[in-house]
Amino acid sequence: MSTLSQRHLLGIKNITRKDIELIFETADTFKEVINRPIKKVPSLRDVTIANIFFENSTRTRLSFELAEKRLSADVVNFSASTSSVKKGETLLDTVNNILAMKVDMVVMRHASVGAPHFLSKHIKANIVNAGDGTHEHPTQALLDAYSIRERLGSVEGKKIAIIGDILHSRVALSNIFALQKLGAKVMVCGPPTLLPKFISSLGVEVELDVKKALEWCDVANVLRIQLERQQIKYFPSLREYSLYFGINKKMLDSLKKQIVVMHPGPINRGVEITSDAADSQQSVILDQVENGVAVRMAVLYLLAGATA
Amino acid sequence: MQKKLIFDSDLLDITLSRLCEQLIENHSTFDNCVILGLQPRGIYLAEMIQKKLKKLSGKEIPIGYLDTTFHRDDFRRRDTPAKASETKISFVIEGKDVVLIDDVLYTGRTVRAALDAMIAFGRPAKVELLVLVDRTNTRDLPISADYIGKLVNTLDSQRVLVELQAQGYKQNRIWLIDKE
Repeated sequence: MSTLSQRHLLGIKNITRKDIELIFETADTFKEVINRPIKKVPSLRDVTIANIFFENSTRTRLSFELAEKRLSADVVNFSASTSSVKKGETLLDTVNNILAMKVDMVVMRHASVGAPHFLSKHIKANIVNAGDGTHEHPTQALLDAYSIRERLGSVEGKKIAIIGDILHSRVALSNIFALQKLGAKVMVCGPPTLLPKFISSLGVEVELDVKKALEWCDVANVLRIQLERQQIKYFPSLREYSLYFGINKKMLDSLKKQIVVMHPGPINRGVEITSDAADSQQSVILDQVENGVAVRMAVLYLLAGATA
Repeated sequence: MQKKLIFDSDLLDITLSRLCEQLIENHSTFDNCVILGLQPRGIYLAEMIQKKLKKLSGKEIPIGYLDTTFHRDDFRRRDTPAKASETKISFVIEGKDVVLIDDVLYTGRTVRAALDAMIAFGRPAKVELLVLVDRTNTRDLPISADYIGKLVNTLDSQRVLVELQAQGYKQNRIWLIDKE
């Protein structure tokens, strides 16, 4: 018998290493389930889950929906672009209206930092943060760390470089928390304008030369340039960015060891990573997607089951 | 704490031999037979029986582990979710004669969950249940075992404690104890 220390998954910051390990162990069993001929178990058959996405998403939303369906939950989907939010309804009102229809769990993505934390203070349902602005994206960090554990055996003691737009990335922040809790060393690398000013206070190393970062690390997690969040220009051009910070197969081949290449998607091929690197043997990008379903099943199962 | 010994090593060995002979009697050649041990504790017993059958009949019967956690009917009705174990079935169940093996038969709810979990791997021709300890008059569901090691009269306030060498204990012993 085992349970998480929290009722909600709002961020990696407020869960423990034990929680993460429990999620991984549970995800192992779900990974076996989703590779069966019949990929469905009836655990959550009396649970209703609302996927509330105030921001666009393909992978995360699909992954959550598949995870929910493989656990036999009832699923309702909501996206802000087609809803009353456009008519001026507040977040709390929208969610309360959805909960009035007897929903047990809410999976939410929102452009504002702290939106799921705000909600968790006002409603009874379990909340899973599927990304809040530039803050956290806990399930992505969990599946990234899970994929590292799967490929390298463990996360403890490994060196992971996060390369790209750190400033606007919720994946970066959640990854830093998760990897550090599991005992890994983390480095961030990118143009100085895309690195938060006091990032080193989190205990991560900062490197401006991508070549050096690659030589240092066991795993390179490459992030997308989030143009949609950039109100001003942070670098002269995408072409220049890819020249100085893009990753290609030639660079990977020139290293002394084989490093693992990760990317949370969506990939801008030819910008942060070239096709030959993204599709190489060293890349675990599609494993990340598969593991995403298993990890999200584990999170939903553990949160829904903790009724105490 | 009151403790009563139900099986010691010798008695367990004799009982397992008897259960194996009964299996041989019913399955003769074991051509179409597979064994499924129920996680977490039935798997040790399933392995002991498989080894013994190999000694007695010379046949190596395929063995798998079945975890029932995600098919239990008490999810969200207890304080914390049950922890899952590994399911490992490397053969097709479709059309097979399945022998489910568990250590203790109590309410029957685990067996119900197991039948449900098993269907995900195909439709068996026949399913039988083998248990070492059958706690009489405690069933919540209409389920009974086909092969029984020992019938034991128990109270709800009691628990069957299984200690096997395969689990790291010094001796094979099975106790009936009072819960605190």
